[in-house]
Amino acid sequence: MTEYGVVLFYTTSSAIRAEKLLKKRAYTVKLIPVPRQFSSDCGVALRFDWQQREQVTSELDKAHVEMDAIHPL
Amino acid sequence: MIYLDNAATSWPKPPEVLKAMVDVLEHAGGNPGRSGHRLSVEAARVMYDAREDIARFFNIDDPTRVIFTSNGTQAINTVLKGLLKPGDRVVASSMEHNAVMRPLRSLESRGLIVDVIPCASDGSLDINDIATAVDSTTRLVVINHASNVAGTILPIADFASITRRAGALLLVDAAQTAGVLPIDMKALGIDFLAFTGHKGLQGPPGIGGLVIADHVDTQQIEPLMRGGTGSQSELEEQPEYLPDKFESGTPNIVGIAGLSAGISWVMGRGIEKIRAQEKELTVTLIDGLSGIASIKVHGTHNPEKTVAIVSFTAKDKHVSEIGLKLNEDYCILTRVGLHCAPAAHKTIGTFPEGTVRLAPGVFTTMDDIKEAMRAIEKVVGS
Repeated sequence: MTEYGVVLFYTTSSAIRAEKLLKKRAYTVKLIPVPRQFSSDCGVALRFDWQQREQVTSELDKAHVEMDAIHPL
Repeated sequence: MIYLDNAATSWPKPPEVLKAMVDVLEHAGGNPGRSGHRLSVEAARVMYDAREDIARFFNIDDPTRVIFTSNGTQAINTVLKGLLKPGDRVVASSMEHNAVMRPLRSLESRGLIVDVIPCASDGSLDINDIATAVDSTTRLVVINHASNVAGTILPIADFASITRRAGALLLVDAAQTAGVLPIDMKALGIDFLAFTGHKGLQGPPGIGGLVIADHVDTQQIEPLMRGGTGSQSELEEQPEYLPDKFESGTPNIVGIAGLSAGISWVMGRGIEKIRAQEKELTVTLIDGLSGIASIKVHGTHNPEKTVAIVSFTAKDKHVSEIGLKLNEDYCILTRVGLHCAPAAHKTIGTFPEGTVRLAPGVFTTMDDIKEAMRAIEKVVGS
């Protein structure tokens, strides 16, 4: 079963903002280097519990944090 | 030593600023937004927190509209060179620093229309003159919040309403006021705020910023530089996303950490308290120096209308000689000459000789001011 998912962002600022916001709401998230299979980007991605993907997406949408993509790990 | 050159750069810095700069190198020394490892991510967090602090401090909603630059000059150049096209009209005051005038004159040689509105000899600007100059053909109004030569504060909110009514944008050069006067971008109606970190905000040199109001369309502004941003590395074109569009190359994370600590320090002390202290010192300086027969104090003498900058000249004594004697014989540090602002000196009638500029800061005491005045009296002769 898929354990984690990642959110990819356009900018590092968005990634940090997402991390800050979700940590404040007690989600278990972690910033990791973007896995090579998803993007050639050299920035960071936010790893989260795949079970919580709907809540995570909705929190970030509500806060207008721009997301590039969401993938299971 | 009595340091009265805070308008050039504030000194000393609060110990918290030095500590934050050492801490970031020790504990967050990665390249922010590049590598994704813990030191890189920690640096990115420091940087993002600083953006939030600055957004709150100047009152905008979106922290990604805080663009870090090396200094106020780079922030001003970003707007002037990125926004203005040949044939556009820009309005500036005759009290502007060369950080504004030099890019404007350069753009003028390539077709920009530059209107410089004359200020009065005390550095003030008649609001009617601005109202007459700004019309529907004006693209941008660029104005200093307070003069680096005379200290004179300009009524930004009044300019903003005129500018907005005409459909133009307003760029404010806050080099002498950030950290000293309250700046609420929403309440004042400022579209672009250029600030430097190493003066009133108590940070180190080498860090400044451009704050872009939430409503301004940033697609109309070309970046000053293009390069690596740590984002969209698959593309050879500059990203449009903020703040990356305007921040290429490895950022000055040490400066950003120091600036952030400086702003916290300013907030802890309180802008009102800082302003009250500087006003008291300025009044004492203006009154004391005006009482010396051979001295002429330039700029406004109304303490409500000036920041802590007092410029003077003396009869039969060159300003350079006064500055040298104060430094050599009394260990009093001032700045003499034209202060990178020939237009301002022409306006107040002190070009090309310049003035002796005294600029107290948050660490200046009343005793320092009294001692400085005694020394000045001896140097110029009464």
